[in-house]
Amino acid sequence: MGDPPITRGFRSRRQEQNPQGRVPPGQYVTTDFPVLSAGPTPDIKVADWTLALQAGGSLIGKWSWAEFEALPQTTLKTDIHCVTKWSKLDTTWQGVTFDDLLKAAGIAEPPAPYLMAHSHGGYSTNVPVADLVGGQAMIATRYDGLPILPAHGGPARLLVPHLYFWKSAKWARRLQFMDKDQPGFWESLGYHIYGDPWKEQRYDGD
Amino acid sequence: MTAIEAAPAPARRLVWLTASVRDITVETPRVKSITLNVRGWPGHRPGQHVDIRLTAADGYQAQRSYSIASPPDGELLALTVERLENGEVSPYLDDELRIGDQFELRGPIGGYFVWTGGGPLCLIAGGSGIAPLMAMLRHRERHADRTPATLVYSSRSVDDIIYRNELDALGKRDGILRVLHTLTRQQPDGWTGHRGRVDRALLADACYSPAQSPKIFVCGPTPFVEDVARFLVELGHEACAIKTERFGPSGGSP
Repeated sequence: MGDPPITRGFRSRRQEQNPQGRVPPGQYVTTDFPVLSAGPTPDIKVADWTLALQAGGSLIGKWSWAEFEALPQTTLKTDIHCVTKWSKLDTTWQGVTFDDLLKAAGIAEPPAPYLMAHSHGGYSTNVPVADLVGGQAMIATRYDGLPILPAHGGPARLLVPHLYFWKSAKWARRLQFMDKDQPGFWESLGYHIYGDPWKEQRYDGD
Repeated sequence: MTAIEAAPAPARRLVWLTASVRDITVETPRVKSITLNVRGWPGHRPGQHVDIRLTAADGYQAQRSYSIASPPDGELLALTVERLENGEVSPYLDDELRIGDQFELRGPIGGYFVWTGGGPLCLIAGGSGIAPLMAMLRHRERHADRTPATLVYSSRSVDDIIYRNELDALGKRDGILRVLHTLTRQQPDGWTGHRGRVDRALLADACYSPAQSPKIFVCGPTPFVEDVARFLVELGHEACAIKTERFGPSGGSP
């Protein structure tokens, strides 16, 4: 492939807003918090909310809202990157790390190398377990100190900030360990199976 | 003839193609449609979008997503771009872009917000969210598809209605397409359409009943889509029958 064609008359208006090393290729920084979902925002009452952890066919952990809120809480300040090109810097989330969730379920070692996160509304996304452990990921319940708004995935969403943000499934309700990696919702519709923003893995084949 | 052909195979790497500007149409004071010739375009389905990549002389690049407003049509592709005042790409496309200019493009992207045929078809648009829904209406029209369809289209004022003449013409000659406009901010004297935001009553009237199992596509700014999708669920439509696309600073899925 040759050099890309120069787009006559186009110049950067934003470079100064992109701190070196913070913004992956093809992304731009926004201060907004855009909402992207494939369907209606579900109305989830915390009184009815549960989170289930599954391995094979069996349930290996389940929490009500009150039980979940009693688990150790962690605050994570991180940048997030959406495959639709926006990045948002220094976002602050609070919730329960995946490590603490496993501990609470009495699991010393993850039982399988992959995980499918299932959401209210039918959404799903696959993540390698290696990307969830070691403090890299959490089930977040608060953003900027306040309960996460429904449109942003409240009451609880997965947060895996080092992957494109579609991996941070909104409205999480069931986490299922898998022996083999399988595509989730967007991954079945042409998006990348892994989604590393620094390698610009937006779509299948990137 | 069946209007909607099978999808192009999705297991294909999305390579950057060169798009040449063939035509520019002023739709409203803030919106233009850009018709592109894209050599090697693999085809798309109505509702899908593309990524575009602009390259400055100093090598700086910017990428954005835009919905495709045109039906599948060989190597021709139309994008409809709303000017976002603080944006980097849309003011360039609005002010600077000329016929013959080139940039890169890849796609089609998004396999969910796609009309694959069947209906009835219920389309609900806010502002420039009309673009991917127009691809569906144009495709339906081009194939003389007889799927009953309704478009509910919310604009700020008459001058902000995108594709107005084309929609008027479509609505007049097609007995099973209803085009309902609502104007939220300003209505001209003698306006006989709806006024104010899309509400439950308008949707109940326009949208077919849940028993008719309409295929519903909603596209527009986030607050618009949040409200409309909630009303539709309250009216009894299955959440999984309602496909949404929300326009933030950039359009497109996820």
